[in-house]
Amino acid sequence: MAITPPQYLLHHDGDNVAVAMEDLQPGTLHGRSVKEGTEGTAVLNHAIPLGHKFALTDLAEGDAIIKYGIKVGLASAAIKKGDYIHTHNMRSYRWEASRA
Amino acid sequence: MGSKPRLMGYRRENGTMGIRNHVIILPLDDLSNAAAEAVAKVIPGTMALPHAFGRLQFGEDLQLTFDTLIGTGVNANVAAVVVIGIEPKWTQRVADGIAKTGKPVAAFSIEGKGDLQVIQEASRVAAMFLQDASGLVRTEAEMGDMIMSIKCGESDTTSGLGSCPTTSQAVDRWVEAGGTVFFGETSELTGGEHLIADRCIDDACRNLFQTTYDKYIEVIEATGANLLGSQPTQGNIAGGLTTIEEKALGNIAKTGSVPVVGVLKPAQMPDASKPGLYFMDSSSAAAECVTLMAAGGAVIHLFPTGQGNVIGNPIVPVLKLTANIKTAKSMTEHIDLDVSGLLRYEYDLTKAGDMMMDVIYDTVNGRLCKAEVMGHREFTFTKLYISA
Repeated sequence: MAITPPQYLLHHDGDNVAVAMEDLQPGTLHGRSVKEGTEGTAVLNHAIPLGHKFALTDLAEGDAIIKYGIKVGLASAAIKKGDYIHTHNMRSYRWEASRA
Repeated sequence: MGSKPRLMGYRRENGTMGIRNHVIILPLDDLSNAAAEAVAKVIPGTMALPHAFGRLQFGEDLQLTFDTLIGTGVNANVAAVVVIGIEPKWTQRVADGIAKTGKPVAAFSIEGKGDLQVIQEASRVAAMFLQDASGLVRTEAEMGDMIMSIKCGESDTTSGLGSCPTTSQAVDRWVEAGGTVFFGETSELTGGEHLIADRCIDDACRNLFQTTYDKYIEVIEATGANLLGSQPTQGNIAGGLTTIEEKALGNIAKTGSVPVVGVLKPAQMPDASKPGLYFMDSSSAAAECVTLMAAGGAVIHLFPTGQGNVIGNPIVPVLKLTANIKTAKSMTEHIDLDVSGLLRYEYDLTKAGDMMMDVIYDTVNGRLCKAEVMGHREFTFTKLYISA
């Protein structure tokens, strides 16, 4: 099983966020989906640490953020493909009072 | 790797199987901590379990404290119990609850005697209990004899990718071998609770799960509070988790694929004739949750972590695993299993499961886990509301 360690992982094909598998610098990265094993590349716009997320598509404010193939939150601001995603631009849809 | 060695445990008077052989000095209330800790100093080898509550509680909240104390004493990792309380009535109530299992137990109360006399009397009994416990021998055990619990903490995005799926492997193997597993963390299912409801074995189980979940969430939502920093925690956020829903799906990733066969109240013991995966209504705070699960009868706990939670329990080995390479390297004294190689595709999930089972088998057979070695003995009660 000689697979180059991926720089990012997404849980399912179709998720619109990916997770950094190391401290990453902006640029073109290689990664894969865990469930389907699909390999791919993605562009990252910001430096982000291990475990943090970035967008795989453009998102408008209010759009669903999909991880594990399931909605895990909403964009609380417009997000561009490759942008860092965290509490500054994403919020819970279940606990509406819980926001940065 | 992964082939099952012979498992050896301590068969208790009521037929349950333990993997540790503790003699505990159990204070009924906060006022009795000092005497309990003194007895454990006089008789090294016994262990005091100090805690913060037990006075002027009432109703359901008081009942949960009794269930937690009695369940802890009844746990199969405990050979014998000395209970010490300020007054005799509730002290005896806890001792009687434990004695029903046939386990050696003695009760002492402080009012009218003072700490020093109680310490002397209790130490004489503790000495006898310890010597008797030391003579007990391990006999052959099966996974079906034992209850495992799971709960993650200081999770990050690597938890849902690596350490929780690895835990799932162990959950499925444990249940398929006839064992019982507890999961809980009620609020931390939010956004994925439908996944658990779908796995409930029948409508009665599903309805009880949904009612239990809804009741817990009503209390949280009624506060109108901003939970960011509490749930998810500051550590979760530092690790890249943004919302409760994202955290919940990582949490649920550790529960295996077997059906949910029952729903337990906090600290409730399951029906021994109905093994399988149980949901226990519980806080997501690590020490509270593990304490409740131990009181329900769990004898070994799997604890996936991302950013590095250090929790232990006085009577239950709490095994830590992580898929975060930074945590695995920086917190070696706390981490029992590093599965970060899973995320680098150095091995697959089945292999990670084999590695997990090897650590579990060693721990069952007596090898201390990191939390035991480091002396982490968090014994933390869940309080349902104010005391009178």
